[in-house]
Amino acid sequence: MSQNILVITEQRDGVFRKISFEALSEGKRIAQLMGNGLSAVVLGDGVEETAGETAKYGADKILVADDPALKEYTVEAYVSVIAAAAEQENPPVIILGASAQGKDLSARLAARLNAALAVDCTEIRMENGTLHATRPMYGGKILADVTLKGSPQIVTLRPNAMEISESAGAGQVEKMAVNPGELRMKFVEKEMESGKMELTEADIIVSGGRGMGGADYSLLEELAQTLGAAVGASRSAVDEGWRPHSDQVGQTGKTVSPGLYIACGISGAIQHLAGMSSSKVIVAVNKDEDAPIFSKADYGIAGDLFEVVPAITAEIKKLS
Amino acid sequence: MEIIVLLKQVPATESMIAITGDGKSIQTDNIKWVMNPYDEFAVEEALQIKKAPGGRVTVISAGGDRCAEVLRTALAMGADSAVLVNDPAVENCDGIGIARILASAVKDIPYDLIIAGMRAVDDDNYVVGAAVAEFLQIPHMSMVIKEEIRDGVIRCHSTVEGGTLVTEAPLPALFTCQRGLNEPRYPSLPGIMKAKKKKIEIKSLADMGLDAGAVEAKSEITGMKLPPERKAGKMIAGDSAQVKAAELVKLLRKEAKVI
Ligand SMILES: Cc1cc2nc3c(=O)[nH]c(=O)nc-3n(C[C@H](O)[C@H](O)[C@H](O)COP(=O)(O)OP(=O)(O)OC[C@H]3O[C@@H](n4cnc5c(N)ncnc54)[C@H](O)[C@@H]3O)c2cc1C
Ligand SMILES: Nc1ncnc2c1ncn2[C@@H]1O[C@H](COP(=O)(O)O)[C@@H](O)[C@H]1O
Repeated sequence: MSQNILVITEQRDGVFRKISFEALSEGKRIAQLMGNGLSAVVLGDGVEETAGETAKYGADKILVADDPALKEYTVEAYVSVIAAAAEQENPPVIILGASAQGKDLSARLAARLNAALAVDCTEIRMENGTLHATRPMYGGKILADVTLKGSPQIVTLRPNAMEISESAGAGQVEKMAVNPGELRMKFVEKEMESGKMELTEADIIVSGGRGMGGADYSLLEELAQTLGAAVGASRSAVDEGWRPHSDQVGQTGKTVSPGLYIACGISGAIQHLAGMSSSKVIVAVNKDEDAPIFSKADYGIAGDLFEVVPAITAEIKKLS
Repeated sequence: MEIIVLLKQVPATESMIAITGDGKSIQTDNIKWVMNPYDEFAVEEALQIKKAPGGRVTVISAGGDRCAEVLRTALAMGADSAVLVNDPAVENCDGIGIARILASAVKDIPYDLIIAGMRAVDDDNYVVGAAVAEFLQIPHMSMVIKEEIRDGVIRCHSTVEGGTLVTEAPLPALFTCQRGLNEPRYPSLPGIMKAKKKKIEIKSLADMGLDAGAVEAKSEITGMKLPPERKAGKMIAGDSAQVKAAELVKLLRKEAKVI
């Protein structure tokens, strides 16, 4: 019997997050390998119209849970709606993004459904009819192959690790009855830094470390703006109070996999590498030609970042 | 306020990690074992919360004999009592199984609040805290950088992409700690002396009415490998920053094709 794969999408203020398209694309690929269809779950308030967008990435069925109680994310309400969707659809596999929300949801969902779970996967594949996942452990020092058993099997996908591909799905919309039950958790407010690009979703990251010498990151910000990049930092820069903790890349900060990572004035400590070594291309700018970062970089420039960074910005500006 | 803290012992992040012969686990000799860094925040926050209204802090870990060390460290920081779930079945558990065990261990202890790390830096799972809360049917908040408790209600600031999310729930509840919550204290010398005299309660699964079947792993690590080694690439030569920058930009466009 062929049941649909279930992808739990994530939207904020009515706009899908990029990870949702990554999860749908990957869900479609796995569904096709299994000979199954793809169902997308969209939760929110007033999201019925937005929900249709999932058909572009292969959703055959779109389950819309539209309710004022789902306007803002709280794990309690969301898990009960998703558990109800899982009960209805009986999916062999449930896929979420490994965003803050997806990580939070998937753990509670797996416990509720008594399901196998592999989080923050960088690859999923079918082998002899069972799902296998590859996921980094020990801060990326190890890649583990995980075999999942039983049904459903839940995986969360690391943001930026999978391709987005469009494919037509039937996109049949079905409204879900929403009964979140009596809720104990309450949303109070969210405080968003406006206009700031999220590191884990960025295609290009320009990061600065202790070599920046102070809180003035304007050189990096200009380069980032020229490239359409996000700005990151090493822990030393965060500990100095130059940058907020949310900018920290590394073992105790964010794990990022951009297409291009430019490390400026960062020595390349193992805990920093843990957060960025899965970047596709790494560039290092450091005045110490023996800095360990150079042994991990695809391109290295030995030099003073205060001269090199503005020169790179100027060169890129020439391109447009 | 009765507070329970969940603690895991993990390899220090600077440890070299090597894979065993069967390719399914890591070599455990030559590793320096420490308290999971996020759990240090949990112990610190528990001690600060306790200080105000009075109460007890109980620390719990599931693992082998060696894990008594992190419980001892927490006692030295100021925790009141410690429980070690020491059972051979623990070793083969996945995160959900560990959560089931910890939820059972907690059931006999009165609590208003449970605090865990947001993730353990060995398995990088982000699972156990939320799953424990689910098994206990209590609300939880993840990746917390600030919390306040007033009139039996906890309000937490959680980090999410691009900002923070503020939510509230009545106690009992569970939250997981993110860096930024506090600065963990070091154990004091008198604390270390006092901790030596405290007894760590040892429990087996049978003591909690669980059998190994109930916590059987549904996700299994079938292989481990080292990530592909990143080879050192090109050092870009040139007489000036301008020359090097121009060469870099050319390579990024023509060779790497990333800009
Ligand atoms: C448990 C634990 C967790 C950790 N987690 C993290 C983490 O998540 N993220 C993280 O980043 N670190 C983390 N660290 C810290 C890590 O070990 C390093 O201390 C840190 O990454 C160093 O930051 P840095 O490279 O900016 O500073 P440094 O190591 O001081 O390096 C500065 C570099 O800048 C170069 N430089 C100086 N001036 C210039 C200039 N004008 N032009 C060009 N180059 C210049 C220097 O040559 C040097 O290589 C952690 C440590 C521990 C123990
Ligand atoms: N074996 C364990 N014993 C006690 N607490 C644990 C154990 N494993 C995980 N935890 C707790 O759960 C948190 C998250 O761990 P994990 O889900 O494994 O990333 C940790 O920071 C601990 O607080």
